[in-house]
Amino acid sequence: MCLAVPAKVIAIKDMMATVDLNGVQRDVSTMLLPEAEVGQFVLVHAGFAMQVVSQEDAEVTNALLAEMKGGERTVEHL
Amino acid sequence: MNTSDKKKTKELAQNLISEITRLSKIAMKENGGRPLRFMEVCGTHTVAIFRGGIRQLLPDSVELVSGPGCPVCVTHDDYMDKAIAYAQRDDVIVTTFGDMLKVPGSKSSLSNEKTKGADIRIVYSPLDSIEIAKENPDKKVIFLAVGFETTAPTAAATVLAAKQQNVNNLFMLSAHKLVPPVLNLLLSDEKTKVDGFILPGHVCVVTGTEEFDFLADKFHLPGVVTGFEPLEILRSLYRLCYQVANKEAKIENEYGSVVKPEGNPQAKAIMSRVYRKSDTSWRGMGEIPLSGLKMQDEFKEYDIENVLPLSLENAKIKKTACRCGEVLQGLIKPMECPLFGKACIPEHAIGPCMVSVEGTCAAWYKYGGGKFVFGK
Repeated sequence: MCLAVPAKVIAIKDMMATVDLNGVQRDVSTMLLPEAEVGQFVLVHAGFAMQVVSQEDAEVTNALLAEMKGGERTVEHL
Repeated sequence: MNTSDKKKTKELAQNLISEITRLSKIAMKENGGRPLRFMEVCGTHTVAIFRGGIRQLLPDSVELVSGPGCPVCVTHDDYMDKAIAYAQRDDVIVTTFGDMLKVPGSKSSLSNEKTKGADIRIVYSPLDSIEIAKENPDKKVIFLAVGFETTAPTAAATVLAAKQQNVNNLFMLSAHKLVPPVLNLLLSDEKTKVDGFILPGHVCVVTGTEEFDFLADKFHLPGVVTGFEPLEILRSLYRLCYQVANKEAKIENEYGSVVKPEGNPQAKAIMSRVYRKSDTSWRGMGEIPLSGLKMQDEFKEYDIENVLPLSLENAKIKKTACRCGEVLQGLIKPMECPLFGKACIPEHAIGPCMVSVEGTCAAWYKYGGGKFVFGK
């Protein structure tokens, strides 16, 4: 039930944001995330934007790969 | 993902698994040869672990067990009986997430009532109920407000939106539940043998990480806030094994892309404006102090139990051999239940853990292919 997906905000009006998820657009409420801005990725759950997804971390695999290469914490212990 | 990324991902997964194997074996030796046992408390994790084939990848020294992470599954029969009683009224439209439809109450289910003509509508968002209420001013529209901390703010915001828009025929039948109190109760039972928690990523989006500090402080157990991709789950398992092997107990955040230490303050503020904590019943675990949410007095005109109280007789719960309660607490695996895969299958579910697609039994049934051998 706690399923949530990241989607890109393409417009905001009256506490409602239009988001794009792989080409599919729908309106979600920004009542729980008033700071959402056009161009950001947000995590969407049950018709509400819940959190801004930080863009540099949005692609999980890349972040993990960077950690393997870059001497961050996990690598340090490996 | 291009070929070189795939290769790197595979390499990363292999590295993580070899570290998980090495560290868990060290820890296992020190605790008398018992495999490390990690619990996930989110139905989406339960499914993601199966879908990613994580169990097949893990060594015998690591065991994964599902806790009470499926909101539909932990919802008590009493609640379903109330929802059904409201749905049977001619002046009521019930709106709900789809996964509540087949959950059995003591006598019927919403799905049965819908077949008999009750007006029950599946919604994607609680907000959709507002439109339905506006279109049907002569009906009482009741949203079945079920779910953990992720979902509770969406229902709370819907109440605020209804108030702002002067919609007076929308109500909540509230049974929201909170994750930290149930973990506290589970760990206070000596039957629960868990070495650490895969913490629910999307619950933590709202709560933040601090609410789970008690796992480390009170029970000296590690917890890692975890995303839902296979690599993220493996990385959390690696962190859990690392902590156990090094006798550490910390709450770590491996889902930092969306989970902030403080959570979502706006969602928490809206949630506590509309709801207050209250004692509530969980399936198989009884009443747990301050583990649920009831509506604040200020919003009692949106609380259907206040507006239209029911006098339900305490229905006798049908006794079956269903062991859902124990499955929910991670005390047994689904196949230890005599009904599992025989009388109880997704098409004819007896217990809620088989009803919900996120239920532990449904996931074991779907991904186990009837064999339940995970490459070991």
